[in-house]
Amino acid sequence: MSIVKAMFRAVGGVHPDYRKSATAQKAVREMPLPALLRVSTAQHLGAPSRPVAKKGDAVLRGARLAEPAGFISAAVHSPTSGVVKAIADAPTPTGATAPAIEIEPDGRDAWDPSIAPKPDWQTMSSKNLAALVVEAGIVGMGGAGFPTHVKLSPPPNKPIDTLILNGAECEPYLTADHRLMIERAEQVWAGAEIIRHILGAKTVRVAIEDNKPDAVRSMERAMAGAAGDVAIAVLKTSYPQGAEKQQIYGITGREVPTGGLPMDVGCVVENVGTALAIFDAIVNGRPLTERITTVTGSPVADPSNVLARVGTPYGDLVSFCGGTSGPVAKWISGGPMMGFAQHSLETPTTKTTSGLVALAPGDLTAFASTPCISCSRCVTACPMKLLPCELSQILEAEDYAAAEALNVLDCIECGCCAFECPSRRPLVQHMRRGKARAMARRRAEEAKKKGK
Amino acid sequence: MTKEADKPGAEEAGKTPLLVVSSSPHTHSGASVRRIMLDVVLAMLPAVAVSLWLFGLDALRLLTVCVAACVLFEYAARKIMKRDAGIGDLSAVVTGILLAFNLPPGLPSWMAVIGCFAAIVIAKQVFGGIGYNPFNPALVGRAALLASFPVQMTTWAAPSRLSAALEPARNTLDAMTMATPLGWTKTSLAAGSQLPIGMNGGVAWDFLAGFKPGCIGEVSGLALLLGAAYLFYRRCIYWQVPAFFIGAVVLFSGALWLDDPAHNMPPLFHVLSGGVILGAFFMATDMVTSPVTKTGMVIFGAGCGALTVLIRKWGGYPEGVSFAILIMNSLTPLINRGTKPRIFGHAKRNGRK
Repeated sequence: MSIVKAMFRAVGGVHPDYRKSATAQKAVREMPLPALLRVSTAQHLGAPSRPVAKKGDAVLRGARLAEPAGFISAAVHSPTSGVVKAIADAPTPTGATAPAIEIEPDGRDAWDPSIAPKPDWQTMSSKNLAALVVEAGIVGMGGAGFPTHVKLSPPPNKPIDTLILNGAECEPYLTADHRLMIERAEQVWAGAEIIRHILGAKTVRVAIEDNKPDAVRSMERAMAGAAGDVAIAVLKTSYPQGAEKQQIYGITGREVPTGGLPMDVGCVVENVGTALAIFDAIVNGRPLTERITTVTGSPVADPSNVLARVGTPYGDLVSFCGGTSGPVAKWISGGPMMGFAQHSLETPTTKTTSGLVALAPGDLTAFASTPCISCSRCVTACPMKLLPCELSQILEAEDYAAAEALNVLDCIECGCCAFECPSRRPLVQHMRRGKARAMARRRAEEAKKKGK
Repeated sequence: MTKEADKPGAEEAGKTPLLVVSSSPHTHSGASVRRIMLDVVLAMLPAVAVSLWLFGLDALRLLTVCVAACVLFEYAARKIMKRDAGIGDLSAVVTGILLAFNLPPGLPSWMAVIGCFAAIVIAKQVFGGIGYNPFNPALVGRAALLASFPVQMTTWAAPSRLSAALEPARNTLDAMTMATPLGWTKTSLAAGSQLPIGMNGGVAWDFLAGFKPGCIGEVSGLALLLGAAYLFYRRCIYWQVPAFFIGAVVLFSGALWLDDPAHNMPPLFHVLSGGVILGAFFMATDMVTSPVTKTGMVIFGAGCGALTVLIRKWGGYPEGVSFAILIMNSLTPLINRGTKPRIFGHAKRNGRK
C-alpha cells in the first residue's frame, strides 16, 4: 500500500470555485423518515424498472418494489417498512417524469426477512457475487447511475487488470464522497476488495484529489493491511478529474477508445459510494436504499451531509437542513457543473443524488448566444480535445452532419467549455442537441439496415 | 443575496419565488468579452504612456481621435444595421488604440478618422461585427491609410529622445522628420550604400526603450513587453503566436545575415525595429482572427514572422508586419481546419500498454 501521484496529466479541465468548506468538515447526519417516500423507477441509466409491488401492499425495508426491465436496468427496493400508497408519476431529477412507488412508512423501519448477509464472500464465485449486486439494485452512485453489475460482468475477451475507486469528487460544493471516505473508510475499502475479487483485478487505485488530504489519510489507514498492487492515486485538484475516461488516463495512461467502455482498456471505475453499497449488499445483505447527499449552497440555513433514504422528497431534505435563510434562484440536483436544475422540490432523491445545491440570485450565470470571439479557451479546457467553439457555431446553424463529422458524440457534457466561454455561449446545450440528433440518425440508419 | 432585484427568480421573493431552470453548467468562470477587452486596454497603457512621453500632444491627439471615432462608428453602424448597440464590449476602444499605435505621429486627424471608418465599418461591421471579421480591423485601417496616403503614412517625426545612432537619419531639409531604422536601411541598400546602423548593446537598448522614430505605439518594445506579460497573466494570449512569430523573424533574418552580413541587418535589429513586438503580442494574437488550435497558433505565428522578413527584404515596403499578419489572417480558417487536435480516444496508440 502506498500513495502515488497520478502519473499522466489529463488535458484540459478548469478550476471552478469549489465552495466545499461549508460541509467538508461536517459529519454525516442521518435524517428521520419523511411522511412519504416516492421511490422512482427511473433512477439509473437504461430501461426504467418494472414495478412489482401493488397499491395497498405492506412492505418491509429491502423488499423489492420493482424489477430490472432488461440487462441495462436495475431493481428498486423499499427504503423502509410501510404501505404502498400508490404507484404514480413523479418528477425525476433530470426533469422528466416516471412512475414512482409511494411508500407511507409505518415507523418500525423493519428489514425484510429475505435479507441474507454473506460475510464469507471470499469463498463465493464472481458470478454469484455479481448476481447479488444485481439483486441489490446497485448503480453507479457518482452521478450517472450506470447499473453496476454490467461493469462487474465483462465479457471473457476483456479481462480487467485495474480497478479504480473514484473518490475524486471534482464537482464544486459536493462533499458526500469526501465524508464517506473519512467516516466509513473501512467499509469502502472492504467493498473495493469485493469488487476486486469479482473482477480478478490485480491492481487497485483509489483516486482522490489533493484538496482532500484528510480523506487520503483515512483511506490510507483503512488500506494499511491490503495485499497486492494497491495504492492511493492522488490527483491534482481540477475539474473533471472524476470523469471516468480522464481518470483512467491520468492513472494508467490508457485512453478509452471513442464509443468504448473502460473495460476496453482493462479498467473498471467505481465510485466510492458504490463500493460502500456493494459492501452493504454482500456483507450485510442489504439492498441499496439510502445514500449520503450534500445539501448546501449559500441560502441553505444549515448546510449538511445527510444520510437519507432513497425516495425522500427534496423539500424534506431542505427542511432537515433548517430550510433556507434567503432567496433561492435555482436548485440543482447534483453539482453545479453537470447537475440538473429543478423546477420543484417535490422531486424525490434517487440512488444518484449526490447533492442538492441552492444558488442565490447573485450566484446565477446567464448564458446568451453572443458571437464567438474564437478566444480558444474552450479548446484549451475541453478534456476530450474537441473544438467546442466550432461545434457550437455549426450546431447553431443546425448543420448536424458537420457536427457529427467533428465528433460531437465524443462530448462528455462536462461543461468546461461553457464555464470558460467569455461570450457566455450555451455550449453544452448546443452539444446535447447535436448528440441527440446524431444518435437519432444512427438509430434510424441501423433500423434501415435491419429492415433490408 | 445581493442585487436580487434585477435577477430572475427574485421577482416574487418572499411570496412564491420562481426557480430558474436551465441546462448545466450552472456556474461560470466570470470571464466576459468586456473583461478581455479591458485587459487588452490595460495592457496597452504602458505603451500609451511611452508614446505620450516621446511624441507628446501628437500621440494624445491620435489616440483620442481614433478611440472616439472607432466607438462612434461602431455605435452608428450597429444602429443603422438595427442591431444591439454593441459598444459595451470595449472592442472598438481596443481597435481605436491599436490603430493609433500603428500611425506615424504627424498624421492629420481627418486621415486617422478615415482609417477608423475602414477598420470598424468595412473590416468589422460589414462582416457582422465582433467575432465575424476575418481580418484584424486595426490593421485593415492601417492598410487602407497606407494605400490612400502613402506620403503622410511614411513621414516620421523624431521622438523627444533619439538614439545617437539615428541622428544621421534626420531629414537634411527638415530636421523635424526622419527615416525609421527600417526605412533608412532599405533606402541605403537600394542606393548601393553600406548598412547605415551598426547594432551594439547601446543601440539595442535605445531601440528596446523606444528612442527611435516609428508609429506611436510600436517604438517601445519594453513598454509593450510589460503589457504582454499582463496579457499572459490574464490568459488573454497564448505563448505560441508571439514565440513563433519572433522565432521565425530571428531564424529567417539570421539566415540572411549569416549568408551576407554586408547587406543584411542582424536578427536583433529586425526584432527591435518596426512593429514586430507590437504585432507579435498585440495584433497577431487577436482572438477573432487567429487560429483556435495550438498547432494552428504555431503555424500562424511562424507564418507571420517569415512573411514579415520576406516583405522587409524583398518587398516594396520597408516594414512588413501588418501585411504579414493580414495575409495570415486570411489563412486562419484553413489553418484551423488543417490542425484539428487528435480527439481523446481516437488515437492509433489506443488500447493497452
